[in-house]
Amino acid sequence: MTTVRIAAPAVRARRAVVKAIWLAAVILVSISTVMPLLWTLATSLKPEGDIVSDYLQLIPSNPTLENYRALFVDGPFGRYLLNSFVIAFGGTITNLFFGGLAGYALAKLHFRGRNFVFGLFLGSMMIPAIVTMIPTFLVLRYFPFAGGNDLLGQGGSGFLNSYAAVLIPFAAGPFAVFFMRQFFGSLPDELGDAARIDGASEFRIFLQVYLPLAKAGLAVLGILTFQAGWNSFLWPLIVLNNPEMLTVQVGLSGYVNEYQTAYGALMAGTIIASLPVLIVFIFSQRYIVQSFAESGTK
Amino acid sequence: MSGAIRSTRRQQTVNAWIFLAVPLVLFVVFLLVPIVIALTLSFTDYAVIGDFDWVGIDNYARMFEDPIFWIALRNTAYYTALYVPLGLVVALATAMLLNRSTRTARIFRTLFYIPVVSSTVATAAIWFWLLNPQYGLLNVTLGWFGINGPAWLYDSQWAMIAIVIMSVWAGFGANMIIFLAALQGVPTELVEAARLDGAGAWRVLWYVTLPAISRSTFLILTLLLIAAFQVFDQAYVLTKGGPGNSTLTLVYYIYDRGFGRLEMGYASALSFVLFLIILVFSIGNARATGRSTTR
Repeated sequence: MTTVRIAAPAVRARRAVVKAIWLAAVILVSISTVMPLLWTLATSLKPEGDIVSDYLQLIPSNPTLENYRALFVDGPFGRYLLNSFVIAFGGTITNLFFGGLAGYALAKLHFRGRNFVFGLFLGSMMIPAIVTMIPTFLVLRYFPFAGGNDLLGQGGSGFLNSYAAVLIPFAAGPFAVFFMRQFFGSLPDELGDAARIDGASEFRIFLQVYLPLAKAGLAVLGILTFQAGWNSFLWPLIVLNNPEMLTVQVGLSGYVNEYQTAYGALMAGTIIASLPVLIVFIFSQRYIVQSFAESGTK
Repeated sequence: MSGAIRSTRRQQTVNAWIFLAVPLVLFVVFLLVPIVIALTLSFTDYAVIGDFDWVGIDNYARMFEDPIFWIALRNTAYYTALYVPLGLVVALATAMLLNRSTRTARIFRTLFYIPVVSSTVATAAIWFWLLNPQYGLLNVTLGWFGINGPAWLYDSQWAMIAIVIMSVWAGFGANMIIFLAALQGVPTELVEAARLDGAGAWRVLWYVTLPAISRSTFLILTLLLIAAFQVFDQAYVLTKGGPGNSTLTLVYYIYDRGFGRLEMGYASALSFVLFLIILVFSIGNARATGRSTTR
């Protein structure tokens, strides 16, 4: 469909005004979102003595990497980064795969109990995490044969203080299932029916017909899952007590408590803790835009 | 032929349960079983150490006479009433601003998303500094416009509002991306047709765009409500529930009872009441959305 437009000078002038208002609006929002982080970055590069006295200076007069050195050389931030990466990356892979499979089953396969299972997952999302927190801790602690436990869960420490304590309970969250089910639901049934008549197995239909069409959804879910894993706080705080096993967030929270003495290090830690998710986002955003462009030319 | 269809049906059923196996097992072990344990605890005086007794509905009855519970409930309702509409409108407005495929829009999309990458711990640290009554960037900016900013986190009137502003700032980017994905799916022919028929921007938004993205709006509204009722991290890191209990939220109170005073029986009962509140609001939301989409 083509639309013929005749642009009169008045229309063009109006468009310029609209464009200017748009630009002003997006710049204003951007200042509010970016400025606090630039300020944090500036603070992280200032020596301890300048932080309060030069509080408004966006470009430090005596820039230093001392705060970062304190984190990585004097402190165990390198180990924290590794722990957070294993937890966030592992969780993203399992959630995309199992969430995708389950979401596909709920959206595209016909079987008795489908609505019931979907209701279970949807309902479970409404259960406050705090309700299951203590019992989940106990389940991990007394899990049979894990971490030196016997059949009755006695004798060892279960999954506590291992990556598994964070990875296993959240390996296939109801949100991933719900999200992928909604996404697959918006794709046409006919594609799968055609492949089924050709004798393709259900796993192949999922992998080769529907999954490629769900790239945009997977990318969005991947960003959200990685970010949630990277930024999770309360659960790692409870199940990972060993200093070797702390995540970046839990480690960083230790610096918040002493913000008056190590403000520069806290701000440097904030920058370090934020950087990986930002990089993932910038990387995936291209991917999302690309898949939008592909679906636009179909 | 009908036999073939039957066998396909049977195969689909088998496949579906295989595909659902891992999430279902995790659901049982880490959700269903813990809920049963927690429900059982809510009828006891379990306190981690020592023996515990069955106390019937005492824990639930106790709430009605617990003034702090009502303060926490009121604070949580106040937070939800401010955060949910504000979060929804800001996410939709920014998504609509950026719903164009130009290079410039893509750069701003990244800039808008930046607060989301910060964790609650990091965000709280940044905002503790931003909200500083004297040295904070927020009051300095307000000062340029001749406004004498409040003491924010140190003022019981403003502390919760400060936490709402911080939460919207920190969270809108994620919902903006879900809205953007939905807006890309709105047929441009439909919008253009409405424009040609002389519909203004507001009418196009109300009658074309919003109905087309109602599935995503339902998703985001549900997420916002669930998150709002469980607000904890910000209040914990920034204000410890103060000043004067003005930012004491329900989850904070449950945490304090359960992990602070080790009254895990009472804490479990409180958490089930919170669950019930969230359930009622979510069902109400689903009903309302269902009605408006079948219109």
